[in-house]
Amino acid sequence: MTMSHKGRPTRAGEAGSPMPHQTFTGNKALDMEEPLIFEIGHMDNCGVDLDEPMDFVPHLGNHMRSEPVELPALSEPETMRHYVRMSRNNYAIDSGLYPLGSCTMKHNPRLNEKMARLPGFADIHPLQPISTVPGAFELISELADWLMELTGTNAVAMSPKAGAHGEQCGMMSIKHAIAAKGEERSIVLVPESAHGTNPATAALVGYKVVSIPAREDGTVAVEAVIEKIEAHAGQVAALMLTNPNTCGLFEPDVIEIANAIHEAGGYFYCDGANFNAIVGKAKPGDLGIDAMHINLHKTFSTPHGGGGPGSGPVVLSDRLAPYAPLPFIRKNGDELEIVETTDQLKDGEQPFGRMTAFFGQMGMYVRALSYMQSHGSDGLKQASEDAVLNANYVRVGLQDLMTLPFGVKPCMHEVLFDDSFLNDTGVSTLDFAKAMIDEGYHPMTMYFPLVVSGAMLIEPTESESRASLDLFVATMRDLVMSAKAGEKDRFEGAPFLAPRRRLDETAAARKPILKWVAPEPTKVEPELA
Amino acid sequence: MSTYFTKDHEWLKVEGDVVTVGITEFAQSQLGDVVFVELPENGKTVDQDDEVAVVESVKAASEVYAPLDGEIVEGNELLVDEPAKVNEDPEGAAWFFKMKLGNAAQLEALMSEADYKAFVETL
Repeated sequence: MTMSHKGRPTRAGEAGSPMPHQTFTGNKALDMEEPLIFEIGHMDNCGVDLDEPMDFVPHLGNHMRSEPVELPALSEPETMRHYVRMSRNNYAIDSGLYPLGSCTMKHNPRLNEKMARLPGFADIHPLQPISTVPGAFELISELADWLMELTGTNAVAMSPKAGAHGEQCGMMSIKHAIAAKGEERSIVLVPESAHGTNPATAALVGYKVVSIPAREDGTVAVEAVIEKIEAHAGQVAALMLTNPNTCGLFEPDVIEIANAIHEAGGYFYCDGANFNAIVGKAKPGDLGIDAMHINLHKTFSTPHGGGGPGSGPVVLSDRLAPYAPLPFIRKNGDELEIVETTDQLKDGEQPFGRMTAFFGQMGMYVRALSYMQSHGSDGLKQASEDAVLNANYVRVGLQDLMTLPFGVKPCMHEVLFDDSFLNDTGVSTLDFAKAMIDEGYHPMTMYFPLVVSGAMLIEPTESESRASLDLFVATMRDLVMSAKAGEKDRFEGAPFLAPRRRLDETAAARKPILKWVAPEPTKVEPELA
Repeated sequence: MSTYFTKDHEWLKVEGDVVTVGITEFAQSQLGDVVFVELPENGKTVDQDDEVAVVESVKAASEVYAPLDGEIVEGNELLVDEPAKVNEDPEGAAWFFKMKLGNAAQLEALMSEADYKAFVETL
């Protein structure tokens, strides 16, 4: 595309500056209210000039647009400032410690970004001929090898695009494996301490969820699993377990639980969201899992949320491997064969279908492999050890003031506190979390897992230095002592320093505003025009 | 009319063979502001402990279980439009559903109001 030199003149349009003039000091030292992008800019100020289209005959019939598109139109500096200003209102792993439990908010190494921006990876298109991108497939295959090695499995479905999507892929594989045996099973067992996506996935795939209670120490007892298996004999399709679990504890009965579900003819799904605690230390395949998703955006340092899409490959046991979805890469010696359609299938391969249009999140594959190769196997192991060490450092720094629901004992990569230390202070978990915002920290995961009262789940990750952890612990200690000293004003109504104060979550859920309505156009005073 | 309670923090009022079911004052105080209620279908046959309704608050989503075997005869449509009623009047106007009693013997294992109060004290 060439830039037009003769197109629309870039004059100051009749709207001039559509932003109301209101400083003294509406701009609050750049902590300003940023309008929506649709509320700034004006078509006359558009940063790009395109030629007027030549005469053409539209073939859209009744589907022709009858009203203007109302796209925002901004110059390049206006666009850049809009997003930079909004980013300043965001809290990110790039701006501070992000202790969100079970989310593994670790640093996203810049080396990953450099690799992902190599033109050979960044500029390829999903529809270009496969013969032109052998390097991309080699990278996917290499990443798959690392994932299988780290998990002790022989198959992996790469295409799922997030953790929950990976869960769905794993559970659909299980469903098809059961159907292939000519069986019908209707129940999936899910412990109370599981991630919320586990029962949701089981229900989405068409199973009835039966909950398994946690025992006193926060873990799942094999006896409780066997009891449910016997109560629903012949009906249990799978058990979904998060290990380490959301109480930050390794499930000591995991092998017995795997054996019990296998003996009952079911499959063992393991939620891999907390894999960061055990990489290089334990192979889930050795623990008897049949399927486990791996959040590349957690364990393998690709960005979360707005920073980039998630990616949730699923490793599969030999029993489930034949049902992995299309497309997949088949290795014939050193040759990689791309299997995209059912006519390419060989004996035994029975994919349950297809989950994505293309091969998955290529940019995330590059980042994850970059992380793995730059760490090496010893570095990955040390990252897990440091993640566990850091969580325990926080635990020891806080356990005399806050309350551990399952007694004083080591945790894995995250430490769970309950709210009993706040009893009689009038301060709730929510108030406490909001006061952390005023102190410059993103709150930990709160009110989850549900197995303890007013849960606070802290996962510092291996990214934090000892100095950073010391500052966090000291800040938390100050807040706890303030709450216990009766300084309720610090907590009730917090945060006081955030641009939006405390959000009304109830009103947001009960009366959500889902549609943008154009504001009244700003009138420009004649003397200013 | 007799009132019973369950360990899942539900109350039941039995009038003839119709049982009205809701969640307790303690349950609503633990849930916090309720923002969504999903009701069971009328005419659905349920077994004791089946998940039949969902209550979602700003803190958590929870299931409401069928306290007895029976058939769902009516859901409280008021809660669909005004989930906040669950916080205001959980043991009155904010009942969840009515069911036809399938097995009266199951009532014997449930708690009385005094038993339930004692049970909540232990939590």
